[in-house]
This record gives sequence, structure tokens and C-alpha cells, in this order.
Amino acid sequence: MSQLIYPLRGGVHPPENKQQSLQSPLRRLAIPGELVFPLAQHIGAPAKAVVEIGDRVLAGQMIAEPNGPFSAAIHASTSGTVSAIEARPIPHASGLWGDCIVVAADGKDESIDFVGCENPFKIDHESLIEKIRHAGIAGMGGAGFPSAVKLNPPPNNNIDTLIINGTECEPYITADDVLMQERSEDIIRGCTLLAHILNGPDRILIGVEDNKPKAIAALEQSLLKLAAEDLPGIDRVQVVSFPTKYPSGGEKQLIQILTGKEVPSGGLPAHIGIVVQNVGTTVAIWEAIKHGKPLIERITTVVGESLKEQGNAIVKLGSPSQFVLEQFGFQEKSCARLIAGGPMMGFSLPDSRAPIVKTSNCLLVPSHQEMPDPAPAQACIRCGHCAEACPAGLLPQQLYWYAQAKEHDRLLAHNLMDCIECGACSFVCPSSIPLVQYYRASKGEIRQAEIEKEKSDRSRQRFEFRQKRIERAEAEKEAKRLARKKAAEAAKAKAAANAGAAKTAPAADPVAAAMARVQAQQSDPAEQLAKLERAVNNARNRLNSAEEKWQQAEGDQKAKLESRFKQAQLRLQDAESKLHDFKQQSAGQNPAPSNPTSASPTTPLNIDSDDPIERAKAKAQQRLSMSPLEKAENNLSSLNDRLKKAQEKASEADDDKRAAMEAAVEKLKQKKTSLEKEIDELKAQAPLKENTATAETPVDPNSIDDPIERAKAKAMQRLNMSPAEKLQNSLQALQTRLAKAEEKAASADEDRRPAMQAAVEKLQEKIKTVEQEITEFKAQEEPAKPAESANESSGIPLDAASAAIEKAKAKAAAQAQMSDSEKHAAQVESLQQRIQKAQQRLDKATEEGNDNVDAFRLGLEKLQAKLKELESE
Amino acid sequence: MDISSLHPLVLALLVLGGLALVFGAILGFAAVRYKIEGNPIVDQIDNLLPQTQCGQCGHPGCRPYAEGIANGEEINKCPPGGQDTINSIADLLGVDAPELDAEHGTESELSTVAYIREDECIGCTKCIQACPMDAILGAAKQMHTVIADECTGCDLCVEPCPVDCIEMREVEVTMQNWKWQLPSPLAAVNSDIIASDRQTPQETKQEDTAA
Repeated sequence: MSQLIYPLRGGVHPPENKQQSLQSPLRRLAIPGELVFPLAQHIGAPAKAVVEIGDRVLAGQMIAEPNGPFSAAIHASTSGTVSAIEARPIPHASGLWGDCIVVAADGKDESIDFVGCENPFKIDHESLIEKIRHAGIAGMGGAGFPSAVKLNPPPNNNIDTLIINGTECEPYITADDVLMQERSEDIIRGCTLLAHILNGPDRILIGVEDNKPKAIAALEQSLLKLAAEDLPGIDRVQVVSFPTKYPSGGEKQLIQILTGKEVPSGGLPAHIGIVVQNVGTTVAIWEAIKHGKPLIERITTVVGESLKEQGNAIVKLGSPSQFVLEQFGFQEKSCARLIAGGPMMGFSLPDSRAPIVKTSNCLLVPSHQEMPDPAPAQACIRCGHCAEACPAGLLPQQLYWYAQAKEHDRLLAHNLMDCIECGACSFVCPSSIPLVQYYRASKGEIRQAEIEKEKSDRSRQRFEFRQKRIERAEAEKEAKRLARKKAAEAAKAKAAANAGAAKTAPAADPVAAAMARVQAQQSDPAEQLAKLERAVNNARNRLNSAEEKWQQAEGDQKAKLESRFKQAQLRLQDAESKLHDFKQQSAGQNPAPSNPTSASPTTPLNIDSDDPIERAKAKAQQRLSMSPLEKAENNLSSLNDRLKKAQEKASEADDDKRAAMEAAVEKLKQKKTSLEKEIDELKAQAPLKENTATAETPVDPNSIDDPIERAKAKAMQRLNMSPAEKLQNSLQALQTRLAKAEEKAASADEDRRPAMQAAVEKLQEKIKTVEQEITEFKAQEEPAKPAESANESSGIPLDAASAAIEKAKAKAAAQAQMSDSEKHAAQVESLQQRIQKAQQRLDKATEEGNDNVDAFRLGLEKLQAKLKELESE
Repeated sequence: MDISSLHPLVLALLVLGGLALVFGAILGFAAVRYKIEGNPIVDQIDNLLPQTQCGQCGHPGCRPYAEGIANGEEINKCPPGGQDTINSIADLLGVDAPELDAEHGTESELSTVAYIREDECIGCTKCIQACPMDAILGAAKQMHTVIADECTGCDLCVEPCPVDCIEMREVEVTMQNWKWQLPSPLAAVNSDIIASDRQTPQETKQEDTAA
């Protein structure tokens, strides 16, 4: 069965230069003194070192474990001790140094016991993959993709074709060619094992370019030989040779050549049911599973005109390039540059100490003649050779323009990411433009831009979250502030309610309430005393320490400390005076309440009670029941106390405080004098009032102290009274009011006098109308109960009021019968009488030298004016 | 009433008027139903800005500047974004791309991240409050440190530091973020001369003497 070959689009035919390295047979290189194992040897996450400096390692021992799924283990390739784990030059295009495990070889090359397995085809899929992973096998063709990942395609991709890549299309390199000649049987066995891992694809194709006839022959021979063996799937293995063309060894290109299928842009071969493995990788996998030998060595082509001999060698991974080259007679002087990989896709190594790694298929050290410096780039002439050469079917010159202009969108639109960087375009370019460099750089930039975009999105998110968080914190703060405010208000309301409760039944006195609040706030006197004592102690301690320091200190510090010491002294004084004050206060507080209690006979309440609220209540009640005089006296006594204290304080205080203290004392003194005046006035008024009170109400309500009780009693009386009595009562009240008003008018100031007199006159009018009413009422009642009224009038001892009523009645009766002229005459008469009375009063006043003489005179004059008026009428 | 009896002109007017009403209603409904909140151009511009939130443009963050641009502000005030950002915004808005306004700062080739010299940090948290990215980790009287991955290099934390222990360091090139450089454009500029013309006088001299 012959396999159909599909032609590769594009491609170039560079000089092959494969003969140089095929001259000498494959050799095994010596063990270098020091081996370097970079932790990042492949695409994916770097491995994680599991050895420490000084550890002894054996060949095949894992020294770094895979870190995540896209990673492969690293093994020591010979025995020795770990001498360092540090940054060393690594084979990377950037020339950067990377973390490496450095092993100083002991030359014994002892290895661990490799645990193989008799029949790998009986092991299940998962454990095989795991074994490959731990054997550290990565693609040995160039990119170094971890093989375990490649052999574990997504479950929905049914793999129908396995391709073993023995193409090796790059010039100079013959490592795979030699491997296929030497290890053809292992390759066949390995690919059947891979087919087993991939659940037996329909086809197993080993693709080899036709420029390796020896390799093809060896493979076909082995295939025939192994067909007799019982290898599952060997009947499906096929060796396919096809015309040499660069870059048919590219994975996608090889797939196209062998199957005619094209891997979709951005996709994987697995997406179209194909898996490709390099021949070197296939052998490594076979060895790892069958013999348990991890990937610790590989065949590398060492080639170039600056070497004495060129050829292939089995090299221990980790051998420095310099060491390998020296084994082949490296002449550094004639070397143009050191290239890792082939001339088309390889990269220059700036440092020859970089070690051989899993992907190092070739070390190329050409002479200047062999590989001159690239000619200077010239302008693109739009010849289109590059487009013809491109195996990926891209438009290299367009990409070149866009790459120069950094138009990433256009580059992506022209599928830059499908470029395999094979270098065919650069090879054919007549202007020798390093096109691939542009594409590599642009790819890097695009990736960078993507990363930055991702980062900026994350930054935006973080920034927005931060803004939100700050806003929320603000809102919470505001809410807390509001809550605190509310709580404070509620507390205030509660305190007010408490104070209200403390005042209970009697009307609230705001001063008393305030006092109660203050006292409620103040803690127990004992506690306060303790507090003050503590403060004094503290101050004293501070003073002592300050003094000590002061004495110890010198120079500048001394002045500073001195001031501090003085401050402490002042503080102590302050605290002591406070304590002293408090002691006095608490001493004075006990006798003080006894004064008001004795002064107010109505409420013998005990103010000494401990509870401040109770005390406040008691005080408030006392104050309510106190007369203004008593209140004033109370105030005076408390003022006296305060004055005394203030004077004491003033005398104790420092110079600067003294002025303020003295001012306070002055104020208190003023207050005191004003209070004393008030008291005098009140005392003067008090007897007068008492007299009037007894005069106006000779009935028992007067004896009741409480004003409310009195009012109640009066109201009761009024209810029981007959209308006549009521009227009489009101008449009485009016008369007393009149008397009072007259008195007041007499004693009032100049400016208020007219108003007073007007009020007096009004009252007089009212009295008159009431008197009239009474007479009318009496006149009605008298015929009905003449006897009664007679009894009443004669039987009951008449007081001044009833006498007045009688008079008024008589007057009213007389008036009722009088004619107008008679009325007039009567009025004149009464007026004359009043004038007489007023005259008497005036005389009396002038005799006594009373202040109110003028008032009396004025009243007299008014009466006389009225009389004249009447007479003229 | 028979429609056909109407004058054709009146009929046409009626039909057109009816159509206008119907489509007007549909459009009105669509305008309400599919209303887009906010200005979508602001989002697009914001997407192009580098999100360093550095405030060099004079706005308190990238989004406010995007809003400013949407309202007609100049597009060349973003030094962290540099010419690339200006170009892409110009592309989006269909205007000519101006040069970066040097008044707001210069574009730096190298990206930087803040670094706190931890021995000197006194733990004042001032930089934490200044960082728009929440990229500084620490607490009062505890040493602070920068989460380098989240730092945008906006510089805002350097100024508030009372002990000047924050410095801006260049982002280290690692295997992960290394990339190939574009070939020198000079070669392309001088591409119209032949190879031997490229040699410097000294080189020519040396060759002569060697000959």
C-alpha cells in the first residue's frame, strides 16, 4: 500500500549541507566536569527544583518536578553533587540567563535503577501518560512541547492518524537521520506504543524526506523484522518518503504533505484528528516506558567549518556547548557565530557556556566563508518571491509593511499568527530583508499588547472596585454619624423624661430640672474624691520622674526638662487644689441642706438622701413650696458659699489665674448684693400681702397653704352658694381687687400710673354693675322669702363686705325709685363723699410724708373734676 | 365612503401620512425599548486608554479623561499610553493623530513599577491611600510592599511617601516577557545604497591599508 503524497505549497530548496556531519560515525561524548540543567527547557511553566545544593544525585534521578500540566520533569544525566542553583546562560534567543541546577559530576556516572516494564501495551492510558510526564519528555524536534500534553488530546477529538516526523528538513542537521539509522527498531516499537496510547489510530505514518535513503531503508527493514513480533498495530505502520523541500518538517506542513489536510488557523493538529511526534521523542518515550529510562541524553549534530571534525554525538543533557564543541576540535577564531539549531530557524547563542538541552538538535559553528553576515537589507521591490515561498500561504510583504507600521490589527487580519517563522521568505528575498525578524518582533508585540490589555482591564476593574469601596465606606461613615446623632438625641430625650419623672406631680421648674441633670451626671462624691486623689498621685509621680530626669540631664536637654518639671509642678498644684476644693465642698454640702429645710416649714423633706435624683426632687419640691422670699434667701446662702469658695480659690491660685478668679469673686459679690436687695423688698411686701390676704378672704380657704387646695376649696364654696351669694362673693372679690389696684396705683411709677388708674376706674364700674345686679336679685327674692332674708341680714354678723352689700342694695333700691334729677343729686352726693374721703387720705399721707401723696392728690383732683362735671349737668 | 372616489393626490397623501405614522411609532418604540444608557463612545475610548489612572492628563482617572475626549478634549494628553494610544483613539474617532502633548509628560519606553525599600518603610499607609490600583499591601505601622503584577507604574505613591522609600524600577525582562526587537529601521532608510557604501571611513582606510 503506497501512501499518496500531497505537494507542499511554497517552500524552498536551500543547500542541504548534510554530508559534513554524516562523515564520522555516531559517538558518545565524555562526561563534562559540570552539567547545567535549566529549569525552563521547553514551552510551558518552568519545572520546580526538588534538590538542594550539596545533594548527591545519580543519573536518571529527578532533580526538578513538573510544575503544572504544561511542564516536564528534569533529570540528572550523570552522578555528582548539586553545586549551585542559580542563574546561568541558557540556550535562548534572548541571551538571558535563567535559573539552572548545576551538578558537579563525579565521573562515576552511577545511575539509579531504571524500572522498566515487560509489556507496556498492557498498561492503561493514564499511567502511561503519567510515566511520560515524569520521564520529562518534551518534543525533541525544536519547540519542546511537553509530549504528555500532546498525547493527551481533548477527549472529543478522535485521533485517526499518528505521524512520526523523521523529516529533518533543515540544512546541516542529521541527528534524526542518524537516530533513524541507529535506532530504527525502537522507533517502530515506539510508534506502536504511541498508537496504543492514542487508542489505536487508523494510520501510523513515519514521514522521511527522500534525502535520507539510509534511514528509510533501516526503518523499512526494522518494520519487516518487527512484523513477525506481536506488536499491536504494527500492520498499520507505514514509512512514507517524499521529495525534499524546506520546510516540509514543519508539523503543519508535514500533515499537509501526508494527509492533504490543513490545520485550521489557530487550531491544533488534534482538532483534525492528527497527532505528530518527532522520531527522537518516539524513541525517548519507548525508552522511558519500556526501560524506565528518563530523558537524560540525546543525539546532537555538531557541525560547522570551524570544527576539526564534524558529526553526531550522543550528548548528556546539561553538557555545556563549549565542552561539546571542544570534543570536536572547536577553533573559536574561525567561528563566525555559534548557532543553536539549523541555519534557517536556529538562533545565535551569545554565550558558549549555554548547555545542551532537550531541544538541542544541532550546534552549528560556521566559518565566515561558510556563513557570511547577512547582506544589508534593501528596499522591498514587491517582487512577490516571498509570497511564493511561504509554506503557510501568507503574504509576507504585506505583513512586512504592517509590521513596520505596527498595525497590529492588520497583521492579525493577515494571519500573522499562522506564520511558522520558517525563514523561507527571508531566504528568497532579493533585497535580503530579514522578514522573519519583523514577524517575530510583531508577534511579540501583539502578545505583549494582549497582556497589557488584560492588565489594563484588570486595572480598570480594580480601580472601579476601589472607587466603589471608598464610596461605600463614606456612606457607612455617614450612616454611623447619623445613627450617633440619633442616639444622642434619644439619650437627651430619655434624660429629659427621667428629669420629668423626677419632678413628678408639681409643675416643672427648669432650673430644678437643670440641677437634677447636673447632679445626675455627677457621680458619687466618694468616687469623685478617689478620682481627684488619683490625679494628685499621678501628678506627684510625674513631678518626681521629671525632677529625676532633670537632675540627670545636661546642657540643652536640661532647659527643656526644667520647663517640663515646672509644668509638672503646676499640674500637681492644680490637682491638689481641686482635691482640696472638693473636700471642702463635700464637707459643706452636708450642713447646707439643713438650712432650706428649716427655712421652709411646709416641706420637712430630707435632702441628705444619697441618690442625687432624689435629692434633686426634694430640692425642687422644696423650691416649689417656698415663697419667693425663701427662694431668694436660699439663693443668697448658696451665693455666699460660692463666694467664699471663690475667694479661697483666688487666694490659692497662681498669679495669672488670680485675675480671673478675682473677677469671678466680684461678680458673685454683685449678685449677692442684688439678691439682698431683692430679699429686702420681698420682706417689705410680705407683711402687706399677708394683711391683704386675710382681709380679702376671711373664710377658711385662706388657712389652706396650698394654692391649688385653696382654689379647690373656693370652687367648692362657690358651687354651694346661691346666686345671690355668688354675686356677693364676686362683689367682695372685686372690692378687694379695687383696693389692691388703688394701692398699686398709688405705689406705681409715674409712667404706669395712668394705666393703673384706668384699671381702678374699670373695677369701680364693675363693682357698680355687680351691686346693681345684687339689688335687682334681692328685690326679686325678697318678696318670696322676706323672713329668711330678714333672718339672714339680722342674724349673721355682718362683716365689712356684707355691710357694703347692704349699702349697695339700699342705694340700688333708692336709685330705682329715684327720678333722674334725684339720681344726679345722689351721684353728686356720693362723689362729694368720696372726695372727702380722698381728702382725708391725702391729709394723712402728707402728715406721714408718704411717697404717694402726689397720687392721692391726683385722684382727689380727678374726683373733683368729675363732681364739677356732674354739677354742670 | 369609497376610497377610489378620492382624488389620487389626496389618496397618495393619506397613504404616505399613514406610513409615516406607522414608522414613526415603530421608531419611537425602538428608541425607548433599546435605549443605551450612557455614551458608548466613552466606553470605547476608555478601552483604549492604558488604565494607569495616573492623572497626568489632568483627570482623576482614565474614564473621566475618556469622557473628556468624548466631549471634544484633545486626545494627546496620555503619556503612559503614548503615541500608540493616540493613534488608536484617532483611528476610532476618525481624526488626525496629533503628537503627544509634552505638557502632560513624556512617553517612556520602559515600563516601571513602584518598589518600596522595605527597610526604610515606616508604615504610614500614605502610599496605600494614594494607590489607585490597591496594589500596595500593608497596614499602619507595618511594612508595606507593592504587588508588582498589579502596579501600573503611575507614580502616584512616590510623592506622598514621607521617608522617600518608594522608587520606580524598570520592569525586569524575563524569559516570559522577552520579545524579539524589530530590526533597526535605519537599515530600511539607507536601503538605497549598496553594501560597500555602508562602510565608515575608518573601515575603508583599514581595508586600503590591508590591501
